[in-house]
Amino acid sequence: MQTHDSPQLKAEARDFNFFYGQAQALKKINMPIYDKKVTALIGPSGCGKSTYLRSFNRMHDLYPGNRYEGEIRFYPDNTNLLSPEVDPIEVRMRVGMVFQKPNPFPKTIYENVAYGLRVRGENNKRVLDEKVENALRGAAIWEEVKDRLQDLAPNLSGGQQQRLCIARALATDPELLLFDEPTSALDPIATGAIEELVHELKKRVTILIVTHNMQQAARVSDYTAYMYLGEMVEFGKTDEIFIKPKDKRTEDYITGRMG
Amino acid sequence: MQPMTTEQIRALIARGKLKDTLFQAIGILCLGIGLLVIFLLVGDMLMRGMERLNIEFFTEFASRRASQSGILSAWVGTLLVMLVTAAAAVPLGVAAGIYLEEYAKRNWVTDIIEINITNLAAVPSIVYGLLALGIFVYTFGFGQSILSAGLTLALLILPIVIVATREAIRSIPAMIREGSMAVGATRWQTCRYHIIPYAMPGILTGVIIGLARAIGETAPIITIGALTFIAFLPPAPFAPTGMDGATAGMFDWVMSPFTVMPIQIFNWTSRPDPAFEVNAAAAGFVLMGMVLSMNAVAIWLRYRMRKNIKW
Repeated sequence: MQTHDSPQLKAEARDFNFFYGQAQALKKINMPIYDKKVTALIGPSGCGKSTYLRSFNRMHDLYPGNRYEGEIRFYPDNTNLLSPEVDPIEVRMRVGMVFQKPNPFPKTIYENVAYGLRVRGENNKRVLDEKVENALRGAAIWEEVKDRLQDLAPNLSGGQQQRLCIARALATDPELLLFDEPTSALDPIATGAIEELVHELKKRVTILIVTHNMQQAARVSDYTAYMYLGEMVEFGKTDEIFIKPKDKRTEDYITGRMG
Repeated sequence: MQPMTTEQIRALIARGKLKDTLFQAIGILCLGIGLLVIFLLVGDMLMRGMERLNIEFFTEFASRRASQSGILSAWVGTLLVMLVTAAAAVPLGVAAGIYLEEYAKRNWVTDIIEINITNLAAVPSIVYGLLALGIFVYTFGFGQSILSAGLTLALLILPIVIVATREAIRSIPAMIREGSMAVGATRWQTCRYHIIPYAMPGILTGVIIGLARAIGETAPIITIGALTFIAFLPPAPFAPTGMDGATAGMFDWVMSPFTVMPIQIFNWTSRPDPAFEVNAAAAGFVLMGMVLSMNAVAIWLRYRMRKNIKW
Protein backbone atom coordinates (compact mmCIF):
# COMPACT_ATOMS: atom_id res chain seq x y z
CA MET A 1 0.00 0.00 0.00
CA GLN A 2 2.94 2.28 0.70
CA THR A 3 3.64 3.88 -2.64
CA HIS A 4 6.07 6.61 -3.52
CA ASP A 5 3.45 9.35 -3.10
CA SER A 6 2.44 8.15 0.36
CA PRO A 7 3.12 10.72 3.04
CA GLN A 8 5.13 10.03 6.15
CA LEU A 9 3.83 7.75 8.86
CA LYS A 10 2.78 9.34 12.15
CA ALA A 11 1.58 6.16 13.79
CA GLU A 12 0.94 2.57 12.93
CA ALA A 13 -1.12 -0.15 14.60
CA ARG A 14 0.52 -3.56 14.37
CA ASP A 15 -1.43 -6.70 15.20
CA PHE A 16 -3.32 -4.72 17.78
CA ASN A 17 -5.79 -6.63 19.95
CA PHE A 18 -7.86 -5.11 22.73
CA PHE A 19 -9.79 -6.80 25.51
CA TYR A 20 -12.46 -5.58 27.92
CA GLY A 21 -11.88 -8.22 30.56
CA GLN A 22 -12.34 -11.49 28.68
CA ALA A 23 -14.19 -9.98 25.73
CA GLN A 24 -12.03 -9.19 22.74
CA ALA A 25 -13.16 -5.89 21.32
CA LEU A 26 -10.50 -5.35 18.65
CA LYS A 27 -8.96 -8.07 16.52
CA LYS A 28 -5.59 -7.90 14.93
CA ILE A 29 -5.74 -4.38 13.66
CA ASN A 30 -3.05 -3.21 11.28
CA MET A 31 -3.31 0.30 10.04
CA PRO A 32 -1.10 3.27 9.18
CA ILE A 33 -1.87 6.84 10.21
CA TYR A 34 -0.23 9.40 7.99
CA ASP A 35 1.37 12.59 9.18
CA LYS A 36 -0.68 15.79 8.84
CA LYS A 37 -3.58 13.92 7.27
CA VAL A 38 -7.11 13.27 8.45
CA THR A 39 -7.96 9.62 8.90
CA ALA A 40 -11.60 8.72 9.48
CA LEU A 41 -12.81 5.61 11.29
CA ILE A 42 -16.24 4.52 10.16
CA GLY A 43 -18.40 1.51 10.88
CA PRO A 44 -21.68 0.52 12.53
CA SER A 45 -22.32 1.08 16.24
CA GLY A 46 -20.35 -1.27 18.44
CA CYS A 47 -17.75 -2.05 15.79
CA GLY A 48 -14.96 -0.88 18.06
CA LYS A 49 -14.01 2.39 16.38
CA SER A 50 -14.23 4.40 19.60
CA THR A 51 -12.42 1.67 21.50
CA TYR A 52 -9.68 1.81 18.92
CA LEU A 53 -9.49 5.61 19.05
CA ARG A 54 -9.29 5.63 22.85
CA SER A 55 -6.32 3.28 22.70
CA PHE A 56 -4.19 5.99 21.10
CA ASN A 57 -4.16 8.05 24.29
CA ARG A 58 -4.41 5.08 26.65
CA MET A 59 -7.81 6.19 27.92
CA HIS A 60 -8.57 2.56 28.71
CA ASP A 61 -5.92 2.63 31.42
CA LEU A 62 -8.30 4.68 33.54
CA TYR A 63 -10.55 1.69 34.06
CA PRO A 64 -9.66 -1.71 35.46
CA GLY A 65 -9.72 -4.95 33.49
CA ASN A 66 -8.70 -3.56 30.09
CA ARG A 67 -5.82 -5.10 28.21
CA TYR A 68 -3.85 -4.24 25.09
CA GLU A 69 -1.90 -6.65 22.90
CA GLY A 70 0.31 -5.75 20.01
CA GLU A 71 1.66 -2.32 19.23
CA ILE A 72 0.76 1.16 18.19
CA ARG A 73 4.02 2.63 16.93
CA PHE A 74 4.37 6.38 17.16
CA TYR A 75 6.79 8.24 14.93
CA PRO A 76 9.31 9.80 14.49
CA ASP A 77 10.67 8.30 17.72
CA ASN A 78 9.19 4.84 17.14
CA THR A 79 7.66 4.61 20.63
CA ASN A 80 5.14 1.85 21.25
CA LEU A 81 2.25 3.79 22.78
CA LEU A 82 0.83 0.64 24.32
CA SER A 83 3.98 -0.55 26.01
CA PRO A 84 3.60 -0.96 29.78
CA GLU A 85 6.91 0.87 30.12
CA VAL A 86 5.45 3.96 28.50
CA ASP A 87 3.55 6.09 30.99
CA PRO A 88 0.00 6.80 29.80
CA ILE A 89 0.47 10.39 30.95
CA GLU A 90 3.41 10.77 28.57
CA VAL A 91 1.19 9.44 25.79
CA ARG A 92 -1.61 11.87 26.64
CA MET A 93 0.85 14.76 26.64
CA ARG A 94 1.59 14.00 23.00
CA VAL A 95 -1.85 12.87 21.85
CA GLY A 96 -4.81 15.21 22.39
CA MET A 97 -8.46 14.25 22.42
CA VAL A 98 -11.83 15.81 21.73
CA PHE A 99 -14.83 13.94 23.06
CA GLN A 100 -18.23 13.06 21.71
CA LYS A 101 -20.09 15.39 24.03
CA PRO A 102 -18.45 18.75 24.66
CA ASN A 103 -16.94 18.49 28.14
CA PRO A 104 -15.64 21.90 29.16
CA PHE A 105 -14.66 22.16 32.80
CA PRO A 106 -16.95 24.27 34.97
CA LYS A 107 -14.30 26.98 35.01
CA THR A 108 -13.66 30.09 32.97
CA ILE A 109 -13.02 29.93 29.24
CA TYR A 110 -9.46 31.02 29.90
CA GLU A 111 -8.80 28.37 32.53
CA ASN A 112 -10.22 25.64 30.30
CA VAL A 113 -7.64 26.37 27.64
CA ALA A 114 -4.82 27.11 30.06
CA TYR A 115 -5.37 23.87 31.96
CA GLY A 116 -3.15 21.67 29.81
CA LEU A 117 -0.36 24.23 30.16
CA ARG A 118 -0.79 24.49 33.91
CA VAL A 119 -0.61 20.71 34.14
CA ARG A 120 2.77 21.01 32.45
CA GLY A 121 3.89 23.47 35.09
CA GLU A 122 3.46 26.66 33.05
CA ASN A 123 2.43 29.51 35.32
CA ASN A 124 3.88 32.52 33.55
CA LYS A 125 0.95 34.78 32.81
CA ARG A 126 2.43 36.18 29.59
CA VAL A 127 3.15 32.74 28.17
CA LEU A 128 -0.29 31.49 29.20
CA ASP A 129 -2.05 34.50 27.70
CA GLU A 130 -0.27 34.06 24.42
CA LYS A 131 -0.80 30.31 24.15
CA VAL A 132 -4.44 30.57 25.19
CA GLU A 133 -5.03 33.15 22.48
CA ASN A 134 -3.24 31.07 19.87
CA ALA A 135 -5.20 27.97 20.79
CA LEU A 136 -8.51 29.82 20.69
CA ARG A 137 -7.56 31.30 17.30
CA GLY A 138 -6.57 27.84 16.12
CA ALA A 139 -9.97 26.53 17.12
CA ALA A 140 -11.70 29.43 15.33
CA ILE A 141 -13.43 30.68 18.45
CA TRP A 142 -11.19 33.60 19.45
CA GLU A 143 -13.37 36.30 17.91
CA GLU A 144 -16.43 35.00 19.73
CA VAL A 145 -14.88 34.79 23.19
CA LYS A 146 -12.02 37.27 23.31
CA ASP A 147 -14.06 39.79 25.30
CA ARG A 148 -15.31 37.29 27.84
CA LEU A 149 -12.44 34.99 28.64
CA GLN A 150 -13.41 35.09 32.31
CA ASP A 151 -16.95 33.82 31.67
CA LEU A 152 -17.80 30.28 32.65
CA ALA A 153 -17.30 27.86 29.78
CA PRO A 154 -20.51 25.87 30.31
CA ASN A 155 -22.47 29.02 29.45
CA LEU A 156 -21.27 28.82 25.83
CA SER A 157 -23.40 27.17 23.16
CA GLY A 158 -22.79 23.52 22.35
CA GLY A 159 -20.83 24.27 19.18
CA GLN A 160 -18.72 26.87 20.96
CA GLN A 161 -18.09 24.45 23.81
CA GLN A 162 -16.82 21.86 21.38
CA ARG A 163 -14.50 24.35 19.71
CA LEU A 164 -13.32 25.38 23.18
CA CYS A 165 -12.53 21.72 23.86
CA ILE A 166 -10.56 21.66 20.62
CA ALA A 167 -8.69 24.77 21.77
CA ARG A 168 -7.98 23.05 25.08
CA ALA A 169 -6.46 20.14 23.21
CA LEU A 170 -4.53 22.42 20.82
CA ALA A 171 -3.01 24.58 23.55
CA THR A 172 -0.40 21.96 24.33
CA ASP A 173 0.59 21.34 20.69
CA PRO A 174 -0.31 17.67 20.40
CA GLU A 175 1.24 15.65 17.60
CA LEU A 176 -1.91 13.62 17.06
CA LEU A 177 -5.45 14.79 17.76
CA LEU A 178 -8.22 12.28 18.36
CA PHE A 179 -11.85 13.20 17.65
CA ASP A 180 -14.49 10.85 19.00
CA GLU A 181 -17.65 11.66 17.01
CA PRO A 182 -17.12 15.35 17.77
CA THR A 183 -20.27 16.57 16.08
CA SER A 184 -22.82 14.00 17.18
CA ALA A 185 -24.21 16.34 19.85
CA LEU A 186 -24.22 19.42 17.61
CA ASP A 187 -26.61 21.05 15.16
CA PRO A 188 -25.77 21.18 11.43
CA ILE A 189 -24.31 24.69 11.54
CA ALA A 190 -22.01 23.92 14.46
CA THR A 191 -21.13 20.66 12.73
CA GLY A 192 -20.13 22.55 9.59
CA ALA A 193 -17.88 24.82 11.65
CA ILE A 194 -16.14 21.85 13.27
CA GLU A 195 -15.64 20.13 9.92
CA GLU A 196 -14.12 23.25 8.45
CA LEU A 197 -11.88 23.48 11.47
CA VAL A 198 -10.70 19.88 11.08
CA HIS A 199 -9.80 20.69 7.52
CA GLU A 200 -7.81 23.70 8.68
CA LEU A 201 -6.12 21.87 11.55
CA LYS A 202 -4.52 19.17 9.48
CA LYS A 203 -1.94 21.69 8.34
CA ARG A 204 -0.42 21.48 11.79
CA VAL A 205 -1.53 18.23 13.40
CA THR A 206 -2.34 14.66 12.43
CA ILE A 207 -6.01 13.86 12.97
CA LEU A 208 -7.83 10.63 13.66
CA ILE A 209 -11.58 11.02 13.70
CA VAL A 210 -14.37 8.61 14.53
CA THR A 211 -17.62 9.41 12.82
CA HIS A 212 -20.89 7.61 12.20
CA ASN A 213 -21.72 10.09 9.52
CA MET A 214 -20.34 8.88 6.20
CA GLN A 215 -20.82 12.18 4.43
CA GLN A 216 -18.68 13.68 7.13
CA ALA A 217 -15.98 11.08 6.62
CA ALA A 218 -16.08 11.76 2.89
CA ARG A 219 -15.93 15.52 3.42
CA VAL A 220 -13.16 15.81 5.96
CA SER A 221 -10.85 12.84 5.62
CA ASP A 222 -7.92 11.91 3.41
CA TYR A 223 -7.95 8.29 4.49
CA THR A 224 -10.78 6.13 5.71
CA ALA A 225 -10.85 2.88 7.62
CA TYR A 226 -13.97 0.76 7.73
CA MET A 227 -14.32 -1.32 10.87
CA TYR A 228 -16.77 -4.09 11.52
CA LEU A 229 -17.14 -6.31 14.59
CA GLY A 230 -13.76 -5.32 15.97
CA GLU A 231 -11.91 -5.89 12.73
CA MET A 232 -10.32 -3.50 10.29
CA VAL A 233 -12.12 -4.48 7.12
CA GLU A 234 -10.69 -1.97 4.75
CA PHE A 235 -8.33 0.97 4.79
CA GLY A 236 -7.51 3.29 1.94
CA LYS A 237 -7.69 6.75 0.49
CA THR A 238 -11.11 8.19 1.21
CA ASP A 239 -12.12 8.71 -2.41
CA GLU A 240 -11.14 5.15 -3.28
CA ILE A 241 -13.04 3.70 -0.32
CA PHE A 242 -16.14 5.64 -1.21
CA ILE A 243 -16.01 5.21 -4.97
CA LYS A 244 -14.85 1.64 -5.35
CA PRO A 245 -14.58 -0.24 -2.08
CA LYS A 246 -12.76 -3.54 -2.41
CA ASP A 247 -14.64 -5.37 0.30
CA LYS A 248 -18.28 -6.33 -0.06
CA ARG A 249 -18.97 -5.40 3.60
CA THR A 250 -17.59 -1.91 3.13
CA GLU A 251 -19.67 -1.44 0.04
CA ASP A 252 -22.82 -2.62 1.84
CA TYR A 253 -22.18 -0.17 4.66
CA ILE A 254 -21.41 2.91 2.63
CA THR A 255 -24.25 2.30 0.20
CA GLY A 256 -26.60 2.08 3.17
CA ARG A 257 -27.51 -1.57 2.95
CA MET A 258 -26.26 -2.09 6.44
CA GLY A 259 -25.63 0.00 9.47
CA MET B 1 -59.49 -3.83 20.74
CA GLN B 2 -62.22 -1.33 19.98
CA PRO B 3 -61.04 2.27 19.97
CA MET B 4 -62.35 4.06 23.06
CA THR B 5 -65.06 6.66 22.81
CA THR B 6 -64.41 10.14 24.08
CA GLU B 7 -66.63 9.43 27.12
CA GLN B 8 -64.62 6.32 27.98
CA ILE B 9 -61.34 8.22 27.72
CA ARG B 10 -62.67 10.96 29.96
CA ALA B 11 -63.95 8.45 32.52
CA LEU B 12 -60.55 6.75 32.54
CA ILE B 13 -58.73 10.03 33.11
CA ALA B 14 -61.19 10.99 35.86
CA ARG B 15 -60.49 7.70 37.69
CA GLY B 16 -56.76 8.25 37.39
CA LYS B 17 -57.04 11.84 38.60
CA LEU B 18 -59.05 10.75 41.62
CA LYS B 19 -56.17 8.53 42.74
CA ASP B 20 -53.77 11.40 42.08
CA THR B 21 -55.75 13.65 44.38
CA LEU B 22 -56.07 10.92 46.99
CA PHE B 23 -52.35 10.27 47.13
CA GLN B 24 -51.62 13.96 47.25
CA ALA B 25 -53.89 14.32 50.27
CA ILE B 26 -52.23 11.40 52.06
CA GLY B 27 -48.80 12.80 51.28
CA ILE B 28 -49.64 16.24 52.64
CA LEU B 29 -51.10 14.64 55.76
CA CYS B 30 -47.94 12.59 56.44
CA LEU B 31 -45.72 15.59 55.86
CA GLY B 32 -47.95 17.67 58.10
CA ILE B 33 -47.70 15.20 60.98
CA GLY B 34 -43.92 15.25 60.89
CA LEU B 35 -43.69 19.02 60.66
CA LEU B 36 -46.34 19.52 63.34
CA VAL B 37 -44.45 17.39 65.85
CA ILE B 38 -41.25 19.36 65.27
CA PHE B 39 -43.03 22.68 65.60
CA LEU B 40 -44.76 21.53 68.77
CA LEU B 41 -41.47 20.43 70.32
CA VAL B 42 -39.63 23.61 69.45
CA GLY B 43 -42.62 25.76 70.34
CA ASP B 44 -43.06 24.03 73.68
CA MET B 45 -39.38 24.51 74.53
CA LEU B 46 -39.58 28.14 73.55
CA MET B 47 -42.70 28.75 75.65
CA ARG B 48 -41.21 27.13 78.71
CA GLY B 49 -37.78 28.63 78.36
CA MET B 50 -38.83 32.08 77.16
CA GLU B 51 -38.45 33.84 80.50
CA ARG B 52 -34.78 32.85 80.68
CA LEU B 53 -33.83 33.80 77.13
CA ASN B 54 -32.02 37.07 77.67
CA ILE B 55 -28.48 38.34 77.27
CA GLU B 56 -27.44 37.22 80.76
CA PHE B 57 -28.37 33.66 79.90
CA PHE B 58 -25.57 33.69 77.33
CA THR B 59 -23.03 35.61 79.36
CA GLU B 60 -23.35 33.93 82.76
CA PHE B 61 -21.86 30.69 83.98
CA ALA B 62 -24.01 27.96 85.48
CA SER B 63 -25.00 28.70 89.07
CA ARG B 64 -26.68 27.05 92.01
CA ARG B 65 -29.58 29.42 91.62
CA ALA B 66 -31.62 28.67 88.52
CA SER B 67 -32.55 32.25 87.80
CA GLN B 68 -28.91 33.35 87.71
CA SER B 69 -27.66 30.41 85.68
CA GLY B 70 -26.38 30.87 82.17
CA ILE B 71 -24.88 28.80 79.38
CA LEU B 72 -21.66 30.69 78.77
CA SER B 73 -19.28 27.81 79.41
CA ALA B 74 -21.61 25.42 77.58
CA TRP B 75 -21.97 27.29 74.32
CA VAL B 76 -18.31 28.26 74.24
CA GLY B 77 -17.41 24.62 74.97
CA THR B 78 -19.71 23.39 72.24
CA LEU B 79 -18.24 25.79 69.68
CA LEU B 80 -14.66 24.86 70.58
CA VAL B 81 -15.37 21.12 70.53
CA MET B 82 -17.03 21.52 67.12
CA LEU B 83 -13.97 23.40 65.92
CA VAL B 84 -11.68 20.53 66.90
CA THR B 85 -14.14 18.00 65.47
CA ALA B 86 -14.27 19.75 62.11
CA ALA B 87 -10.52 20.29 62.02
CA ALA B 88 -9.94 16.57 62.54
CA ALA B 89 -12.84 15.03 60.62
CA VAL B 90 -12.67 17.12 57.45
CA PRO B 91 -9.11 16.37 56.32
CA LEU B 92 -9.32 12.73 57.38
CA GLY B 93 -12.73 12.08 55.89
CA VAL B 94 -12.17 14.00 52.66
CA ALA B 95 -8.79 12.40 52.02
CA ALA B 96 -10.18 8.94 52.74
CA GLY B 97 -13.16 9.54 50.47
CA ILE B 98 -10.97 10.81 47.64
CA TYR B 99 -8.65 7.86 48.02
CA LEU B 100 -11.50 5.36 47.89
CA GLU B 101 -13.12 6.97 44.85
CA GLU B 102 -10.13 8.05 42.80
CA TYR B 103 -7.19 5.86 43.74
CA ALA B 104 -8.23 2.58 45.35
CA LYS B 105 -8.43 -0.43 43.08
CA ARG B 106 -11.76 -2.21 43.11
CA ASN B 107 -11.08 -5.50 44.87
CA TRP B 108 -12.11 -7.42 47.97
CA VAL B 109 -10.04 -5.22 50.27
CA THR B 110 -11.89 -2.09 49.21
CA ASP B 111 -15.17 -4.01 49.42
CA ILE B 112 -14.43 -4.84 53.05
CA ILE B 113 -13.41 -1.26 53.79
CA GLU B 114 -16.61 -0.06 52.19
CA ILE B 115 -18.80 -2.38 54.28
CA ASN B 116 -16.95 -1.33 57.40
CA ILE B 117 -17.47 2.36 56.76
CA THR B 118 -21.19 1.72 56.54
CA ASN B 119 -20.96 -0.27 59.77
CA LEU B 120 -18.98 2.47 61.49
CA ALA B 121 -21.79 4.90 60.81
CA ALA B 122 -24.10 2.58 62.74
CA VAL B 123 -21.89 2.11 65.82
CA PRO B 124 -23.70 3.53 68.88
CA SER B 125 -22.09 6.75 70.00
CA ILE B 126 -21.49 5.46 73.54
CA VAL B 127 -19.10 2.90 72.07
CA TYR B 128 -17.07 5.72 70.56
CA GLY B 129 -17.05 7.24 74.02
CA LEU B 130 -15.61 4.06 75.53
CA LEU B 131 -13.02 3.82 72.79
CA ALA B 132 -12.03 7.45 73.26
CA LEU B 133 -11.80 7.06 77.03
CA GLY B 134 -9.24 4.33 76.54
CA ILE B 135 -7.30 5.91 73.69
CA PHE B 136 -7.48 9.70 73.87
CA VAL B 137 -8.02 10.22 77.58
CA TYR B 138 -5.64 7.61 79.02
CA THR B 139 -3.27 6.22 76.38
CA PHE B 140 -2.55 9.55 74.68
CA GLY B 141 -2.97 11.40 77.95
CA PHE B 142 -5.22 14.13 76.52
CA GLY B 143 -7.32 13.95 79.68
CA GLN B 144 -10.87 15.19 79.97
CA SER B 145 -10.23 17.97 77.54
CA ILE B 146 -11.75 19.74 74.55
CA LEU B 147 -9.21 17.88 72.44
CA SER B 148 -10.41 14.46 73.61
CA ALA B 149 -14.04 15.41 73.05
CA GLY B 150 -13.38 16.92 69.64
CA LEU B 151 -11.44 13.90 68.44
CA THR B 152 -14.12 11.53 69.75
CA LEU B 153 -16.86 13.34 67.89
CA ALA B 154 -14.59 13.49 64.84
CA LEU B 155 -14.43 9.69 64.86
CA LEU B 156 -18.17 9.62 65.22
CA ILE B 157 -18.84 11.75 62.15
CA LEU B 158 -15.95 10.44 60.07
CA PRO B 159 -18.13 7.89 58.25
CA ILE B 160 -20.64 10.63 57.43
CA VAL B 161 -17.91 12.82 55.95
CA ILE B 162 -16.41 9.93 53.98
CA VAL B 163 -19.75 8.89 52.54
CA ALA B 164 -20.67 12.49 51.69
CA THR B 165 -17.31 12.97 49.98
CA ARG B 166 -17.72 9.82 47.93
CA GLU B 167 -21.26 10.69 46.92
CA ALA B 168 -20.15 14.17 45.88
CA ILE B 169 -17.28 12.76 43.84
CA ARG B 170 -19.51 10.20 42.17
CA SER B 171 -21.86 12.90 40.98
CA ILE B 172 -19.04 14.39 38.87
CA PRO B 173 -19.48 13.06 35.33
CA ALA B 174 -16.80 10.69 34.04
CA MET B 175 -16.31 12.93 31.01
CA ILE B 176 -14.92 15.70 33.22
CA ARG B 177 -12.34 13.34 34.69
CA GLU B 178 -11.52 12.01 31.22
CA GLY B 179 -11.25 15.54 29.89
CA SER B 180 -8.67 16.33 32.53
CA MET B 181 -6.70 13.12 32.11
CA ALA B 182 -6.75 13.49 28.33
CA VAL B 183 -4.54 16.60 28.42
CA GLY B 184 -1.96 14.66 30.38
CA ALA B 185 -2.92 15.44 33.97
CA THR B 186 -1.93 13.11 36.77
CA ARG B 187 -4.54 11.76 39.11
CA TRP B 188 -3.56 14.26 41.77
CA GLN B 189 -3.76 17.19 39.34
CA THR B 190 -7.21 15.98 38.35
CA CYS B 191 -8.23 15.82 42.03
CA ARG B 192 -6.66 19.13 42.88
CA TYR B 193 -8.08 21.16 39.98
CA HIS B 194 -11.37 19.38 39.39
CA ILE B 195 -12.55 16.64 41.71
CA ILE B 196 -12.06 18.48 45.00
CA PRO B 197 -13.43 21.86 43.91
CA TYR B 198 -16.45 20.35 42.17
CA ALA B 199 -17.17 18.00 45.07
CA MET B 200 -16.79 20.77 47.65
CA PRO B 201 -20.46 21.78 47.93
CA GLY B 202 -21.45 18.17 48.60
CA ILE B 203 -18.56 17.64 50.99
CA LEU B 204 -19.41 20.78 52.97
CA THR B 205 -23.02 19.73 53.20
CA GLY B 206 -21.94 16.36 54.57
CA VAL B 207 -19.57 17.96 57.03
CA ILE B 208 -22.25 20.26 58.38
CA ILE B 209 -24.78 17.43 58.63
CA GLY B 210 -22.13 15.50 60.55
CA LEU B 211 -21.41 18.46 62.83
CA ALA B 212 -25.12 18.95 63.41
CA ARG B 213 -25.26 15.39 64.60
CA ALA B 214 -22.14 15.77 66.75
CA ILE B 215 -23.33 18.96 68.40
CA GLY B 216 -26.15 17.12 70.15
CA GLU B 217 -24.14 14.08 71.24
CA THR B 218 -24.12 13.62 74.98
CA ALA B 219 -23.23 10.03 75.71
CA PRO B 220 -19.65 9.88 74.38
CA ILE B 221 -18.82 13.25 75.94
CA ILE B 222 -20.06 12.11 79.33
CA THR B 223 -18.13 8.88 78.92
CA ILE B 224 -14.84 10.66 78.44
CA GLY B 225 -15.65 12.66 81.54
CA ALA B 226 -16.74 16.14 80.57
CA LEU B 227 -17.63 18.08 83.67
CA THR B 228 -21.17 19.18 84.27
CA PHE B 229 -20.28 22.30 86.17
CA ILE B 230 -17.67 24.64 84.75
CA ALA B 231 -17.41 28.21 85.92
CA PHE B 232 -14.53 29.34 83.75
CA LEU B 233 -13.70 29.54 80.07
CA PRO B 234 -10.80 27.79 78.35
CA PRO B 235 -7.80 30.12 78.10
CA ALA B 236 -7.95 32.29 75.01
CA PRO B 237 -4.78 32.22 72.89
CA PHE B 238 -2.13 34.52 74.36
CA ALA B 239 -4.37 35.60 77.21
CA PRO B 240 -2.51 36.52 80.41
CA THR B 241 -2.64 33.64 82.87
CA GLY B 242 -1.23 35.15 86.02
CA MET B 243 0.49 38.03 87.76
CA ASP B 244 3.94 37.26 86.37
CA GLY B 245 2.98 38.26 82.85
CA ALA B 246 2.84 34.72 81.49
CA THR B 247 0.42 34.19 78.64
CA ALA B 248 -1.47 31.17 77.40
CA GLY B 249 -0.16 29.45 74.31
CA MET B 250 -1.97 29.47 71.00
CA PHE B 251 -3.55 26.09 71.61
CA ASP B 252 -3.71 25.82 75.37
CA TRP B 253 -7.48 25.87 75.19
CA VAL B 254 -7.62 22.42 73.60
CA MET B 255 -6.38 20.85 76.84
CA SER B 256 -8.86 22.69 79.00
CA PRO B 257 -11.74 21.02 80.86
CA PHE B 258 -15.07 21.98 79.37
CA THR B 259 -18.75 21.39 79.24
CA VAL B 260 -21.11 21.40 76.25
CA MET B 261 -24.74 22.30 75.67
CA PRO B 262 -26.31 18.84 75.86
CA ILE B 263 -24.50 18.08 79.09
CA GLN B 264 -25.63 21.36 80.58
CA ILE B 265 -29.18 20.54 79.58
CA PHE B 266 -28.94 17.04 80.97
CA ASN B 267 -27.53 18.43 84.19
CA TRP B 268 -30.39 20.86 84.60
CA THR B 269 -33.13 18.36 83.87
CA SER B 270 -31.80 16.05 86.56
CA ARG B 271 -32.07 18.75 89.28
CA PRO B 272 -35.00 18.44 91.73
CA ASP B 273 -35.76 22.19 91.60
CA PRO B 274 -38.32 22.69 88.78
CA ALA B 275 -36.90 26.16 88.10
CA PHE B 276 -33.96 24.48 86.39
CA GLU B 277 -36.35 22.94 83.88
CA VAL B 278 -36.92 26.42 82.55
CA ASN B 279 -33.16 26.71 82.04
CA ALA B 280 -33.09 23.33 80.33
CA ALA B 281 -35.88 24.34 77.96
CA ALA B 282 -34.17 27.62 77.16
CA ALA B 283 -30.84 25.89 76.54
CA GLY B 284 -32.58 23.27 74.42
CA PHE B 285 -34.03 26.03 72.31
CA VAL B 286 -30.61 27.60 71.89
CA LEU B 287 -29.13 24.23 70.87
CA MET B 288 -31.90 23.82 68.30
CA GLY B 289 -31.08 27.28 67.04
CA MET B 290 -27.42 26.33 66.68
CA VAL B 291 -28.29 23.20 64.68
CA LEU B 292 -30.77 25.00 62.46
CA SER B 293 -28.38 27.84 61.74
CA MET B 294 -25.68 25.33 60.80
CA ASN B 295 -28.11 23.73 58.37
CA ALA B 296 -28.99 27.13 57.01
CA VAL B 297 -25.31 27.84 56.42
CA ALA B 298 -25.01 24.48 54.63
CA ILE B 299 -27.90 25.28 52.33
CA TRP B 300 -26.56 28.75 51.59
CA LEU B 301 -23.05 27.48 50.90
CA ARG B 302 -24.30 24.75 48.63
CA TYR B 303 -26.43 27.19 46.70
CA ARG B 304 -23.57 29.66 46.35
CA MET B 305 -21.03 27.11 45.20
CA ARG B 306 -23.29 25.09 42.92
CA LYS B 307 -24.24 28.17 40.96
CA ASN B 308 -20.88 28.05 39.22
CA ILE B 309 -20.66 24.32 38.74
CA LYS B 310 -22.59 22.77 35.92
CA TRP B 311 -21.76 20.33 33.23
